[in-house]
Amino acid sequence: MKPSQAVDNLIEISGLRFSRGSRVIFDGLELAIPRGSITAIMGPSGCGKTTLLRMLTGQLRPDEGSVRVAGQEVNRLSRPDLYALRRQMGMLFQNSALLTDFNVFENVAFPVRENTSLPERLLRNVVLTKLQSVGLRGAAGLMPSELSGGMARRVAMARAMVLDPELLLYDEPFSGLDPISLGVVLRLIRLNNDALGLTSVVVSHDVAEISQIADHCLVLSEGRVIASGRPDELADSDSELVRQFMTGAADGPVPFHYPAPDYRQQLLGSS
Amino acid sequence: MALFRQLWNSQLAALRKLGAVVLFLGEILAQCPAAFTRPRLISAQIHNAGVLSLVIIMTSAFFVGMVIGLQGYDSLARLRQEDILGAGVALTLIKELGPVVTALLFAGRAGTALASEIGLMRATDQLAALEVMAIDPIRRIVAPRFVGGAISVPLLTAVFNAIGILGAWFIGVYIMGVDGGAFWSQMQEYVDPEDIGEGVSKSIVFGIAASLIAVYEGYNCAPTAEGVGMATTRTVVTTSIVVLILDYMITAFLI
Amino acid sequence: MESSRPRELGTGLFVLLGFAALLFLATQTTDLDEYAGDEGYRVTARFEDVAGLKVRSQVTMSGVNIGRVERIEFDNDRLDALVTLRINSQFSRIPDDSDASILTAGLLGSKYVGIGAGGSDSYLKEGSELQITQSAVVLEQLIGKFLFNKAEEGDTGASPSVEE
Repeated sequence: MKPSQAVDNLIEISGLRFSRGSRVIFDGLELAIPRGSITAIMGPSGCGKTTLLRMLTGQLRPDEGSVRVAGQEVNRLSRPDLYALRRQMGMLFQNSALLTDFNVFENVAFPVRENTSLPERLLRNVVLTKLQSVGLRGAAGLMPSELSGGMARRVAMARAMVLDPELLLYDEPFSGLDPISLGVVLRLIRLNNDALGLTSVVVSHDVAEISQIADHCLVLSEGRVIASGRPDELADSDSELVRQFMTGAADGPVPFHYPAPDYRQQLLGSS
Repeated sequence: MALFRQLWNSQLAALRKLGAVVLFLGEILAQCPAAFTRPRLISAQIHNAGVLSLVIIMTSAFFVGMVIGLQGYDSLARLRQEDILGAGVALTLIKELGPVVTALLFAGRAGTALASEIGLMRATDQLAALEVMAIDPIRRIVAPRFVGGAISVPLLTAVFNAIGILGAWFIGVYIMGVDGGAFWSQMQEYVDPEDIGEGVSKSIVFGIAASLIAVYEGYNCAPTAEGVGMATTRTVVTTSIVVLILDYMITAFLI
Repeated sequence: MESSRPRELGTGLFVLLGFAALLFLATQTTDLDEYAGDEGYRVTARFEDVAGLKVRSQVTMSGVNIGRVERIEFDNDRLDALVTLRINSQFSRIPDDSDASILTAGLLGSKYVGIGAGGSDSYLKEGSELQITQSAVVLEQLIGKFLFNKAEEGDTGASPSVEE
């Protein structure tokens, strides 16, 4: 018999409300992310994608509603429990966020050194294995300032995976990469997910790229999920907004023009 | 009316910031025992805050000492009291100038470095990355830097005082011809251990304040290049004002 | 890892330097010996006027520092000042009929207690009282007296010229 739906989902969010000042970012957001899949979260800029990731890691608290990761209510956890949960997570930041004072090896070793007391020899093997899996074992001695953007992203990926987490979060993993690096990162996300049995959540608005690897897509707009499904399903969505987003049309439900007074009137009125 | 409201708002903002800084100090102190279990992190920060400030501290101290020696000699010579030059110089340095100037130089050299380093870690998401890696950035990054700075300032102050006195000795005794024996004996006559205690307690308080302000501004800076720049500027400005206010308060309390 | 070794050495040296500076301040700029304990013995002396004398003022004999003023109190019954002096223990053979006066270093300098040797065969010990004392010379009183005398001289000298 198949286990119940609740166990199958690593992440469940319900009734999530959050606002910054007067700006409402989430307005009753509901979503569930199944274990073992790659889920893409897409949406126009400013729709709260990064905010969502920060709620999953417990760095931000929702105003209302619940965020459950691995069956635990993130915003109700005590500090030690939250830190224990975070050891099950890895996150790749948009700008890689490597520690500038340490070389590549020490950056990847950092979470292991801080969170465990692994003997040095074992730690070396773990770190080199992870670096090998992103193809950068040879760069172990370099400093972050000597890395290209794509290499830094891959080092950060190795670091996010080094504690063998259950959940990997990617915040805009493709932004600012050349096509080759982009292809490499794309392949690594898929490879790692399948090889390590991870659950991956990828926040991105590079629709074409993410569609190649995602099992599942969610489109956020105005604080809610407006569409979900496989990438090819979304392309034929009924919703005009989703179609505009997937195809990248300049005008549509999201207008090209910022709201303004009538053009002709404003031009003539000024003379 | 508008002016009044503006004043009131700025007072409120200052009060809120004071509260935030004190709460931040509480957070740091809560993590300090954990930070002390890793003395290597703290010694690295003593290096950054203390050793790297040593050159500027020693150079400034020598010149400050020389100018006090010169001015003191000039004033005292008019009263035919050159012999108490040593006492005057030592009291001025130990009780007042040493702690204050050291704290101001520390804010300029080490405080800004601390604020921009932590601010840059904030701006490039390194602090957020630590949190996600289940590492408390206050414990791992902020507390060792705070402790390192707070330890460094009293030591730097002692070095400043010693070098300053030697600078005044050089000018007074070597150049101006004050009797060397009188220089030291008058100093020992008039400087009480309480005076040294006053200077040391001031330097401890200033060290805590200067380090706290630097790490607070860095940790809470806006995560942009502009934010980091503003954090370093604010570090120097706030530290200078706070040190001078604290200086008055401690002096008034101890005298 | 290798590069952290000279840095640790530098940090160690810095801490050492800081404490050395503190030691220098504690030993060279102030006379710590006098604080080094309660050794010595206490004697008391009563003065009519101790104006300007402070706790920690010097106690000297033939110009040599032999102790410090430890306490200055006002005696409510006898309406005079009771001064406690701490004499260092190596000065143990001061005759007990010695006198104490409050003197001034220089014209405007700080006040100190000068002990003049007496001729007795028994010596001062813990709790003794110096019976013969001379109070502080208060400059204002001195000047006041001087001016008063001058004014009287002036009166007698000036009156004939007015009559002329």
